[in-house]
Amino acid sequence: MEIVRHGKTADPSDFRVRQMRARDMLAGDMDERALEKYVSERVLTTTLDRALNWARGNSLFPATFGLACCAIEMMSIVGARLDIARFGFEAFRASPRQADMLILSGRISIKMAPIIRRLYDQMLEPKWVIAMGACSSSMGVFNNYAIVPADKFMPVDVHVPGCPPRPEALMHGIIRLRGLVMDQPDLGWRQRYNAVGTEEELDRVDDVPTDAEGVGSA
Amino acid sequence: MPDAPGLELLAQEIRAEHEGSVLDTEFFRDQAAVIVAPRQVGEVLEHLRGKGFSALMSVHGLDYWPEEPRFGVQYELLDMRAVDRVAVKLRVPLDDPHVPSVTPAFPTANFQEREIFDHFGVVFDGHPDLRRIHMPEDYEGHPQRRDFPIGGEPVLFTHNEHKIPRYYQ
Amino acid sequence: MSTPVRPPGSDYRRQEESISLTPVDQQIAELDTPDFGETELLTINFGPHHPATHGVLRLLVTLEGEVVRDIRPYIGYVHTGIEKTAEDKPYWKAIPVVERMDYLAYYFNAYAFCGAVETLLGVDVPKRAQYLRVAHLELNRVASHLVWLGTSALDLGAISIWWYCFRDRESVLDLFEYSSGQRMHTRYIQVGGVMEDVPPGFVAKALRFCEDMPKRVDEYGAILDKNEIVLRRLRDTGTVSEEDLLALGVTGPLLRATGNPWDLRKAAPYCSYEDFDFKIPVGTVGDNYDRYRVRLAEIKESCSIAKQALLGLPEGPYITEDRKVALPPRHELATSMEALIHHFKLVTEGYRVPPGEVYHPIESPRGELACFVRSDGSSKPARVHMRDPSFVNLQAFRKMAEGSYIADLIATLAMLDPILGGIDR
Repeated sequence: MEIVRHGKTADPSDFRVRQMRARDMLAGDMDERALEKYVSERVLTTTLDRALNWARGNSLFPATFGLACCAIEMMSIVGARLDIARFGFEAFRASPRQADMLILSGRISIKMAPIIRRLYDQMLEPKWVIAMGACSSSMGVFNNYAIVPADKFMPVDVHVPGCPPRPEALMHGIIRLRGLVMDQPDLGWRQRYNAVGTEEELDRVDDVPTDAEGVGSA
Repeated sequence: MPDAPGLELLAQEIRAEHEGSVLDTEFFRDQAAVIVAPRQVGEVLEHLRGKGFSALMSVHGLDYWPEEPRFGVQYELLDMRAVDRVAVKLRVPLDDPHVPSVTPAFPTANFQEREIFDHFGVVFDGHPDLRRIHMPEDYEGHPQRRDFPIGGEPVLFTHNEHKIPRYYQ
Repeated sequence: MSTPVRPPGSDYRRQEESISLTPVDQQIAELDTPDFGETELLTINFGPHHPATHGVLRLLVTLEGEVVRDIRPYIGYVHTGIEKTAEDKPYWKAIPVVERMDYLAYYFNAYAFCGAVETLLGVDVPKRAQYLRVAHLELNRVASHLVWLGTSALDLGAISIWWYCFRDRESVLDLFEYSSGQRMHTRYIQVGGVMEDVPPGFVAKALRFCEDMPKRVDEYGAILDKNEIVLRRLRDTGTVSEEDLLALGVTGPLLRATGNPWDLRKAAPYCSYEDFDFKIPVGTVGDNYDRYRVRLAEIKESCSIAKQALLGLPEGPYITEDRKVALPPRHELATSMEALIHHFKLVTEGYRVPPGEVYHPIESPRGELACFVRSDGSSKPARVHMRDPSFVNLQAFRKMAEGSYIADLIATLAMLDPILGGIDR
């Protein structure tokens, strides 16, 4: 069976929009933010930035932060079978001040949440958070008074589902985070399968949240 | 487990020694239990220790709501020489949830009685350090009670996912 | 050139020889003398986030110099309300919830709960299911002890042992994945038996593992047993007498290290353990080194039990035939109306358990794990309480580490093998 991949189909109206924006830029009509965005989308960002992001992405230092069962699977990825040293992430740092990445592996109880927030605040920019497992992303198996999902008190970049996620799944999450760090975010399945435009139409909600903490905010 | 007649004999012995301590006996699925009055649980446990049940394996609490008296505290004793188990059960009502602590005699009950206090609100008189063990110190309420709501987050569906406030709001 | 000029600091040899190292007890005694002055007690916080990967345990340690005077453990940082959640779900759905308590010994949690429910229901577990349960329980014990060994060796500084142990643990998890589809928290043990029969080839693979593992354990023993650093750190540290441990309710390898051969598998056999021939490793002194040796020997014994269980696996059903408790096999749903009704009732409402209270103890890798279930006649349990061994063993920690150094505290904590999921539930 042949699988046909569609490339990005060019839309004539899209082209017109781009034409108008190029004209605005050349005429000096774009404001600063829009101009930056325009430039970063089209023109190659500076080589230094890219080099920095490449370096960051290839040597993320996770913080040793194991809470519950997911911590054992996180320890498995350091093990010999699924070696994260081949990506450069084997240097788990105990001190949050030396770590880049916080992997919230396990269920976050209400007693632990302020401590995690404090740890997150102690980490230096740039920092990323992976919510590993179902319990930290949503409530997981336990929907009760004692635990809290990580999204309620800190920004999370990647959620890895599973209970506990297989080490390969966590690895996949870390690689996606690495892609985010190196400014090559994976745009997701809708892009890949040309399904853009199949999202559900919701009522207009004015406080639809955008990305609060930008990825790779330096 | 002592069999049913053995349990009755044991209960009679304890009743003879300590007036009014044993209220009832229970023999269910080959597990023997003695129901005692709350005030005399220390004496009953000491008596049983003298009969060989020297290891207190577990102290746990439960909530019989809506039946009264509401809270139950159960002590599981183990005789390691004869490989025998017997349980001592007691019930306390909500308006007087006081049970004498057995921690001085059985140090293993320390954390376990704190857990019952934390989750049910049963106060153990004479406990050296009665404070919350699992929940944060300033938590209000006793979670394991049957009328405590289970809590939790609402499940996000597409109809409510944008209405739930995010953490920065 | 009359006298050669000596460079500064070259008298160090003479300086070194003049220093005498008084033993620490004498130094402490000297500190206590009135003419020295007041000693200062320093209370530090081994916070919930610390690199000794035993979970989120917080210790408030009062130190005098480097000697530990007092320890107060603070727990509750992983409290998940498992017991409350289990009250909210039917018995079948409570099994995965309860499994996540002691997260290295998941089969044991499930078996304690299922055994309690089976006692309440009065169902019999077929022999094949019992043997399969024993095989998986013992493999889980091996996996749990391997994680213990890996993290403890990491704490002591023997970092490469960690990789060896996790490599072997991967083999065990492969076996679990082969039989049930999940690596951890498999819902393999169900009320009435096991979830599914083992696939063909499982027995051969598991037997091969059980033959390889004792040799690996010997290798780890060869590295660690007579290693001077291990001996210096573990010998005669963390010693508590047997009476103190019994008074504190400690069971499991900690008690066996003092010489008391109390093991529920031998004393009050459950789940066909009486059919198997195995020894109970017992220590002599009760210090950290004995605990280490006891657990290492237990891995070998577990491999032997699992091998016997797999070799002697009888034919038969893998779950009870009682359709009111166990789901009927899927092929029956197409033909029998009764099977369809049973399936529907079991999946939507669940089976109703007659009212009563039952306490079901088993021997988990850390000690006596028991499940207390109270049912009130409905399809959801009215109270599920897990008597977790780590919770009770943690009370002994203070006695073990008082009067020793911080380094011994870390070694003792490692040998105590606490699992915070079980402690906090």
